[in-house]
Amino acid sequence: MSLDLPSTGCRSTPVLKERGQREVFCGLTGIIWLHRKMQDAFFLVVGSRTCAHLLQAAAGVMIFAEPRFGTAILEEKDLAGLADANAELDREVARLLARRPDIKQLFLVGSCPSEVIKLDLARAAERLSSVHAPHVRVYNYSGSGIETTFTQGEDACLAAMVPTLPASTARELLIVGAMPDVVEDQCLALLAALGIGPVRMLPARRAGDLPAVGANTVFALVQPFLGDTHAALTRRGARHLPAPFPFGEEGTTAWLRAIADEFGVSRDLFEQVTAAPRARAQKAIATQSQELQGKSVFFFPDSQLEIPLARFLTRECGMTAIEVGTPYLHEGLVGPDLDLLPKGPVISEGQDVDKQLDRQRAARPDLTVCGLGLANPLEAEGFSTKWAIELVFTPVHFYEQAGDLAGLFSRPLRRRALLRKEAAE
Amino acid sequence: MKLTLWTYEGPPHVGAMRVATGMKGLHYVLHAPQGDTYADLLFTMIERRNHRPPVTFTTFQARDLGADTANLFKDSARDAYARFQPQAMIVGASCTAELIQDDPGGLAEALGLPIPVIPLELPSYQRKENFGADETFFQIVKALAKPMPRTEAITCNILGATALGFRHRDDVAEVTKLLGLMGIAVNVAAPMGATPADIARMGQAHFNVLLYPETGETAARHLERACGQPYTKVVPIGVGATRDFLHEVSGITGLSPKVDESGLRLPWWSASVDSTYLTGKRVYIFGDATHVMAAARIAATEIGFEVCGMGCFNREFARPLRAAAKAYGVDPLITDDYLEVEAEIARLQPELILGTQMERHIGKRLGIPCAVISSPVHVQDFPARYSPQMGFEGANVIFDTWIHPLVMGLEEHLLTMFREDFEFHDEAGASHHGAKATARVEAEELGVSHPQTPVGYLRTDEDTDETREIPVVTPAGEVLWLPDAERELKKIPFFVRGKAKRNTEKYAADRGVTKISVDTLYEAKAHYAR
Repeated sequence: MSLDLPSTGCRSTPVLKERGQREVFCGLTGIIWLHRKMQDAFFLVVGSRTCAHLLQAAAGVMIFAEPRFGTAILEEKDLAGLADANAELDREVARLLARRPDIKQLFLVGSCPSEVIKLDLARAAERLSSVHAPHVRVYNYSGSGIETTFTQGEDACLAAMVPTLPASTARELLIVGAMPDVVEDQCLALLAALGIGPVRMLPARRAGDLPAVGANTVFALVQPFLGDTHAALTRRGARHLPAPFPFGEEGTTAWLRAIADEFGVSRDLFEQVTAAPRARAQKAIATQSQELQGKSVFFFPDSQLEIPLARFLTRECGMTAIEVGTPYLHEGLVGPDLDLLPKGPVISEGQDVDKQLDRQRAARPDLTVCGLGLANPLEAEGFSTKWAIELVFTPVHFYEQAGDLAGLFSRPLRRRALLRKEAAE
Repeated sequence: MKLTLWTYEGPPHVGAMRVATGMKGLHYVLHAPQGDTYADLLFTMIERRNHRPPVTFTTFQARDLGADTANLFKDSARDAYARFQPQAMIVGASCTAELIQDDPGGLAEALGLPIPVIPLELPSYQRKENFGADETFFQIVKALAKPMPRTEAITCNILGATALGFRHRDDVAEVTKLLGLMGIAVNVAAPMGATPADIARMGQAHFNVLLYPETGETAARHLERACGQPYTKVVPIGVGATRDFLHEVSGITGLSPKVDESGLRLPWWSASVDSTYLTGKRVYIFGDATHVMAAARIAATEIGFEVCGMGCFNREFARPLRAAAKAYGVDPLITDDYLEVEAEIARLQPELILGTQMERHIGKRLGIPCAVISSPVHVQDFPARYSPQMGFEGANVIFDTWIHPLVMGLEEHLLTMFREDFEFHDEAGASHHGAKATARVEAEELGVSHPQTPVGYLRTDEDTDETREIPVVTPAGEVLWLPDAERELKKIPFFVRGKAKRNTEKYAADRGVTKISVDTLYEAKAHYAR
């Protein structure tokens, strides 16, 4: 570490890079929320029984509803001849679209086996697009575990859509990243109150609402894992507005501020629009974070939300971070959050799960944020855990959810305290 | 290529994980990409296990493919041995690693670890989870169990229980108790609860009790050949099957099959007058073949239901299931496509479904009560309480479990009499269920479905609004419900309405009647009255 660098939070902290067993989901998991977000889209994984089982297990822990996703399971004969595999794929897609006339966007999603046998889904998407145009647009991306980790699946999906977006020279704000509808509406209401518009969304709820993009587009990310989408939009001439991510009161304000500055919103108007929700958020966080004050937190790598969330927990909830693990560290995206994150924690990228468990046990954090596979075993060892996947499936962005976000972390501690009391009686 | 929305079985390496996770002192080194570690959560979340499965995933990535995945595997196996110090190791590949052909068995052998290392060949693109468990258990037994002198007292091994199995924990306990009543001790129960050292002494038992043919039959056959141990063929689920099982064990051991049955309550619960309302209720049964065949026997002969259809998702057991279905006079459905099962249930309109987690959701969508009898199951099917399916206590549990989703006997009558009561109306669902259980209005009921189309693809309406007009035209051009008849149909309590609608339409179609009136409805009712 160079000593002449200014002290800027954790941005200059050397990163512990790990390469070992990773206890993470693959990118296919993103389909669980993307298929609900895009209401006229179907996600067809071309993969193995394992892929189908993963989606079922990941979704099944949460919900079981009629899915707009499925798996075309490769069988022995598909591996023998790729020409046949393509014919089979065309047939399955035709059957699917015939049964689901409401589908306007079809995503062919690559998997580990389809990547290894080099099934060319890009060409398949082109071929199928021409067959089913103009009614259905066919995209492709890879959610394979050999290339993507968990939330990177959404990144790959959105990045695949960017080259096909229509061109535009209009000065527009583009908000990038899937959010629950209720949060998206709050975001749009805040921007409208600031007089910023027109605002477009990626992903859009329906194919007809997809944004156009060009040199006058500026974009803000609401999720920190959208590195490829960022690059694809930049290639289309759009300009990124770097900012901390809109988690918590401080993050939301900083995120809005970056956009407001770009659009020349006056300080007065900004104060007027944000004062009340800021106060509400601060109040809600204060209530929800009582159990978190003075406690320590340890993040296993999972969703790539870890750095912005560590920033929120340390600066707004009074916690100390011991280790902040993330699958990938994209400094261009999370740099502003790293600047704000107080020095101290180990910042780790990648994983060697057994070694990381050794570090976690030695550190004995008050709260451990980890995946579903580790949560119960760690609880059984006496640690309080927050399963990370809930952070992706719960509305947590912007002012009105700031208290809920703190509550997600404080509930495990509250529960432990309650159960202890009962056990002592 | 086969389009699948939900699957009944995972890939075969998940079956191997069920064996490894059930055992102690065994470690599984699995050549697999990152993401395949999702399988850990099946055990830690769904089964609430308090330990990580003893599985090391190599989690190779794209950049490793060009380099050296074989060394990655060797390093992982070496590290796993050093860290976990298992008594034995199983090694294998998941679907993706199978394609890169690194030969985990050969690589592990080359490491020269001082413990038995058992290679697994599980063809991911042909076989499924149950095969994976069965084959893995067989390979472990083949490698470790050898013929040896019998124990002095009569003992047996209990075969087939795995992690993530439906009630395996309690079934093993109940069958152990049952065998104890006959004076038989359990030598080893495996895979669940056994160590590799335990497997090595399986040969000293006098015979084997095979509880789950899906996951233990190959090992049982092997032990019969290699160690001369006969194994039981009757699976003791239900009163009759439990008694048959005791007789079978008696035949093997010469011990008396007469045991204390004072804890058995199912027969009286079925015979008591309250259960009159159960008589002849139409049930549809789907799951793994073993549980389905056992459930059909209980339903038909121990509760007095009518089996209106049955099927299984595991083709390996299609033959015995077909034979069983024939005995009940129904066509068997052998499929692992849940849309086919859903279409069949929608067609048959049973009053109760006995199924898996999938059928639970099908039942929810179709407004038909469902009890779970087979894997795959979800977190709520791993209860805290003792809740076996096997033996006499299992029979008691089954009675309670199957009856619970139904509307109670007297309540059924009251609902029929007072269904217009604003507080006690039939859409409120069974009164002993806390939440309001209302049936979803199905596309088929709305008259927009074609019979040959799986209903899952056509569902367009989640509306259950009582005031909405129900369209009276069936565009398929078959039969048309006149408004009066439509209103009369709605007066029939929800738990029999589907059957009444189906019967009436069939009655009308058989007679070439194109418009259903109130009279048609009641003529059909008289025709089908039992």
